Amino acid sequence: MIKKPNPEKGKDSVPPRRKFLNKLWAFLGIVALAEFIWVVLSYFKPIRNQEARGEFGGRIMAGTVGSFLPNSVTAFPRGHFYLACLKDGGFMAIHRKCTHLGCTVPWVEKEQQFICPCHSSAFDIQGDVIRSPANRALDIFSVVIENNVVFVDTGQAFRRNEFRPEQVVYPDKKI
Amino acid sequence: MKHVNSIIGRVRRSIFSDPIIPRDESERKRFLRRVLLLHFRPSTVPDKTLRFSLTWGLGGMAVVLVLLQISTGVLLKFVYEPTTIAAYSSIQTLIHDVPFGRLMRNLHHWCAHLLVLIIVLHMLRVFFTGAFHPPRQFNWIIGFMMFGTILAANFTGYLLPWDQLAYWAVTVSTGMLEYWPWIGYLFQGVILDGADIGPATLRFFFAVHTAIVPIILLLLMGFHFWRIRKAGGLVIPRQPEEASISHPSRIPTIPNLILREMVVATTLIAVVMVWSVLVNAPLADPANPGLSPNPTKAPWYFAGLQEMLMHFHPVFAVCIIPLMVGLVFLAIPYLKYESDTGGVWFVSRVGRKTGMMAAVIALLVTPLLILTSEKLMAPGREVSAMPSFFMSGLLPLVLLFVITGVFIWFIRKRYSVSSNESIQAVFILILTAFVVLTMTGIWFRGEGMILKVPW
Repeated sequence: MIKKPNPEKGKDSVPPRRKFLNKLWAFLGIVALAEFIWVVLSYFKPIRNQEARGEFGGRIMAGTVGSFLPNSVTAFPRGHFYLACLKDGGFMAIHRKCTHLGCTVPWVEKEQQFICPCHSSAFDIQGDVIRSPANRALDIFSVVIENNVVFVDTGQAFRRNEFRPEQVVYPDKKI
Repeated sequence: MKHVNSIIGRVRRSIFSDPIIPRDESERKRFLRRVLLLHFRPSTVPDKTLRFSLTWGLGGMAVVLVLLQISTGVLLKFVYEPTTIAAYSSIQTLIHDVPFGRLMRNLHHWCAHLLVLIIVLHMLRVFFTGAFHPPRQFNWIIGFMMFGTILAANFTGYLLPWDQLAYWAVTVSTGMLEYWPWIGYLFQGVILDGADIGPATLRFFFAVHTAIVPIILLLLMGFHFWRIRKAGGLVIPRQPEEASISHPSRIPTIPNLILREMVVATTLIAVVMVWSVLVNAPLADPANPGLSPNPTKAPWYFAGLQEMLMHFHPVFAVCIIPLMVGLVFLAIPYLKYESDTGGVWFVSRVGRKTGMMAAVIALLVTPLLILTSEKLMAPGREVSAMPSFFMSGLLPLVLLFVITGVFIWFIRKRYSVSSNESIQAVFILILTAFVVLTMTGIWFRGEGMILKVPW
């Protein structure tokens, strides 16, 4: 039986059952909209290809511990990183992307610095900022040393503000 | 038609119920209503609005350019391959092996840049003729949204050639996104392919550029034109002393308005065509992610932002200041104005004077501030995060507010201006400063982004 609400009385005269069902419809509508938005947004996520081994995004073998001199920097273009072997023999894999706006930073042997061609930001061998406009150290990738071979996992770059000793990886002491 | 009862006649009449070319006044009126492309026109327009110097045909030019972009863009879509491996070579195929491919590409490139310039000029015309007062307030907002859409079109299109210029300009521009708190990181997660721009970026940009942008643009354009019609057409031009006219004399749209539009449209197409035949769109070396060019600059319409990055703390340059300016722009139609100055250029006589003063002051002060900032921020300074936020962020921003405030106080005192003139003066200050920043970013930054003269 249809009960018409009295127009002079306004909202209060809508029967409670109808009000409840209307609210339920509205709620379901919002849920549907949310689902729809979720579907559309999931198309925006980049389809990450299988991390190819040896390619950027995957695990890269850099070389044996012995093949790197202390206080040296070796470029790995395919991996998008530099392998820095510090004075004390520790290793760091430094992402080549400048933390200012993303340019690729070359290692300048003469100055012993990473110097960005875009806006002249400069970083030391550990990736710490020497000169602005960059204001945080270069990102690093995790380094793992197995059987005296250095591996770099380029799946995820780690952000840091500055150098910390725990970021350095040392080869096992061989007796 | 002789054989009116033939099958040809029947087919023709089923499509065109009226004569195809109208012969007299009443047929012309019906023609307007029946022809799809013209049906949003009124049958008469106020004769004063036909004056070219009212609008300079800028809105119409924007429409022509958008249609040109869609046409050339669709043709390009049949040749271009949106993959990092094939993009560059598909463009070379387009240039060398496709008939008139070079011309289509050049047209698409130059119209893209011209379009940004034209819509900025159009926005300035709308502002300075007061065409944002009621009932045109919401149309200003729609226009703003279209401006954003066009910028998105330019930005996503910029990457598609996948050459050194494209790759690094987009790297730097998306690098700026990082300085947006919280959402910057989110955007980067969508746009970047891992840590750098890559195949996913190209795919995403191509989808946005060729599908999302055109759909949004066409919808907004329809909305924009409908609102113009609802507002009764263009503002009626008048001198500052004249009262606004409520019932201006009108003349038929066909031929008076249509003819003028055709002239502007064909002239624009001719100019753009000649330019595109003579000047090639740039194409640098194929993108090399291992080699950043020196200097690496964002596209010219972002050069102002990049220049601000050289002087302000990044969060201020890329997030806070643009947000504030954007909000001010959106609020323009809704501020408290003392009068409706629609149809008057620069509000009033005193508005013209104070506007000129604002432009001159910004023209002089902005380079001064840039040079001062360069001196203070010479590379080699100590790097630390905390003082930077205050010294290169809050402090300069407050300084700018103070300069603006003092200027407004001065013109209010000296010329007893109303809110209309004050708001216009602030607008001109911001606009001129940004133009100076943009020109600096384009022409006065060399290798290593050091400040130098272009000669």
